Amino acid sequence: MKKLVLSSAIAVGLSTAAGSAMADEIKLGVFLGFTGPIESLVVNMSAGAEHAIAEVSESGKLLDGTTVMPVRADTTCVDAAAATAAIERLITSDKVAGVIGGDCSGVTTAALTNVALPNGMVMVSPSATSPALSTVEDNGLFFRTAPSDARQGVVMTDVIMDKGYKEVALTYTNNDYGKGLADAFQTAFEAAGGSVTISAAHEDGKADYSAEVGALASAGGEVLVVAGYLDQGGKGIIQSSLDTGAFETFVLPDGMVGDALPAAIGSDLNGSFGQVPGTDSPGAAQLAELAEGYDATSPFAAESYDAAALIMLAMQAAGSTDPSKYKDTLMSVANAPGEEILPGELAKGLEILAGGGEINYVGASNVELIGAGESAGNYREIEIKDGALSTVGYR
Amino acid sequence: MQDLMNAFALFSNFVLVPAIAYGSQLALGALGVTLVFGILRFSNFAHGDTMAFGTMITILITWWFQSLGLSLGPLPTALLALPFAIVLCAVFVLLTDRVVYKFYREKKAEPVIYLIASVGVMFVTNGIVRFIIGPDDQNFADGERFIIKAREFKQMTGLSEGISIKVSQGLTVVTMIVVVAALFWFLNKTRTGKSMRAYSDNEDLALLSGISPDKVVAVTWIIAAALATIAGTLYGLDKSFKPFTYFQLLLPIFASAIVGGLGNPLGAIAGAFVIAFSEILVTYAYKRFAGYLLPEDWTSGGLLQLLSTDYKFAVSFIILLLVLLFRPTGIFKGTGV
Repeated sequence: MKKLVLSSAIAVGLSTAAGSAMADEIKLGVFLGFTGPIESLVVNMSAGAEHAIAEVSESGKLLDGTTVMPVRADTTCVDAAAATAAIERLITSDKVAGVIGGDCSGVTTAALTNVALPNGMVMVSPSATSPALSTVEDNGLFFRTAPSDARQGVVMTDVIMDKGYKEVALTYTNNDYGKGLADAFQTAFEAAGGSVTISAAHEDGKADYSAEVGALASAGGEVLVVAGYLDQGGKGIIQSSLDTGAFETFVLPDGMVGDALPAAIGSDLNGSFGQVPGTDSPGAAQLAELAEGYDATSPFAAESYDAAALIMLAMQAAGSTDPSKYKDTLMSVANAPGEEILPGELAKGLEILAGGGEINYVGASNVELIGAGESAGNYREIEIKDGALSTVGYR
Repeated sequence: MQDLMNAFALFSNFVLVPAIAYGSQLALGALGVTLVFGILRFSNFAHGDTMAFGTMITILITWWFQSLGLSLGPLPTALLALPFAIVLCAVFVLLTDRVVYKFYREKKAEPVIYLIASVGVMFVTNGIVRFIIGPDDQNFADGERFIIKAREFKQMTGLSEGISIKVSQGLTVVTMIVVVAALFWFLNKTRTGKSMRAYSDNEDLALLSGISPDKVVAVTWIIAAALATIAGTLYGLDKSFKPFTYFQLLLPIFASAIVGGLGNPLGAIAGAFVIAFSEILVTYAYKRFAGYLLPEDWTSGGLLQLLSTDYKFAVSFIILLLVLLFRPTGIFKGTGV
């Protein structure tokens, strides 16, 4: 009998030991669209997030040396049902302690309201920019290192107006991101005295965009604003517009900015312009230098790094991996006051927090969280010159 | 008169030329689907990805040729690579038939089982293509880009509206006509073609009269692979190659084949043009077109658009629904769905 008690005590001891060994490893969900319309951007976004995770994990400074491991899940960017199932898996089966993602606004909203909110899981999206996400009910669980498109609409209006254009045609990808941005832009542009001749949606992944371009051309306008995706309908629209001679200059918001676009279209795109979240802060350059095996200047790669970093810093500040605890510290590590932390200095940030100090995480995208936890928004104004993206300035 | 010409140029540039090119691309795809349906009696959902696979091989060979310095002058190098790609794609398709469909053929499985099997083949092919060439956009068009540019046309004619025709568009239409003529000649005049039609009409009777089923099946797959590779390459030259888009092409292709009458090659072509034209005609904004034709004070500030382009998808599906309601076998008599 004694033996039995002893052995069961050992067994219990072993199993709890095994349990705590499991808990030593923090899992973070990397919840991005590995397939679907923005799969070409996600390559660098996921690498950015995993870069931050690896940095923290190797430093061994998070919560007394626990390691962190990324777990990938696919949002598909467009399929809300698939995204919901994927984040459900992350939370219930992989038992992640936080989620970096989602990427596109529609699937992010679905994942947040259907799964993350009822499960009390923190989500930090690097790229969901729909204005609707500012007001969605989130119990303080949702953050984003990308600014709302309401802000981008204003910035884009300034960029266009400064170039002297007053009449534009507008097309947007038919989803929460495109519609949100198009509405925000139209409101801002018309308030500034410009006119939008037509606001027409286009579907992504369609075989042919002649119908859309025909309607846009008929409505006319000095330039065409394309609120779409660069490797999807947006590119199709631009190609078709150039081929038919409908428009010659295009305005490119964040989803359209990437090296793939001028490479695909060629010299006809010269003179087109736009803006993308970005900053001239030293952090961006620093991350670009540190980045190994991926391109940190690719859209939203820096924001992804920052999203991952914020979650882990917030955990350190709260001293817990419990989302309901560290959700309250996330804003404070992101904002002043405190020691400024740049990419590559996460270990330093963790140390300061462990010592009870305060930090102001600046990161690669000059993070400053406002309102309900979204980036205040710094934009890089770009222009296509000689078949390549060039930075004109920062707004 | 000037106004009339301008209106015509405008209409051609934004409606006629793109619709004809798009219609031709759909027709080639729909022909492949309808042929497999007519002879092997199942809806091949893997067709869109077969197109992607064939195009991928074309692209790889094109790159190789380009690195060797081979070119066709003003025509795209991809045309040179096309025959090789067709052969390799046919080998791949025959292989899938060997591995997947043969098993079900021997068991005389229901068409719906084939259909589900083809969905599996679709996903596997999809994966193979992404694995080999990646999910990104690939541009492989070279040579001249335009037969005539909008700006040149304006200078030539003095009109204020231009027409632009791309080399890829011209090529698509010409190739479509040649391929369709060849296919019809093959099906109607050659012995193999006739045996295929016999097999399609009545399998048992065809077997009794000594037609080898293996040969018919193999030839059908080879033709389907050739059609898929040609359609995919032409589409890729005109727009660009992206595996995801080819997967999406499946919908309009099936709509075309069904509207025309599944199993009927002529129907597939007619259906393709009905889908292409209706998508563009119904959602076109006639504001500028009317501006040329109507007296000035008749035109309003409106866009004169029947339906917003959001409903483009809906248009082809409404046509599909109407056809299925009133002529369930398609415009031309097909075998029915």
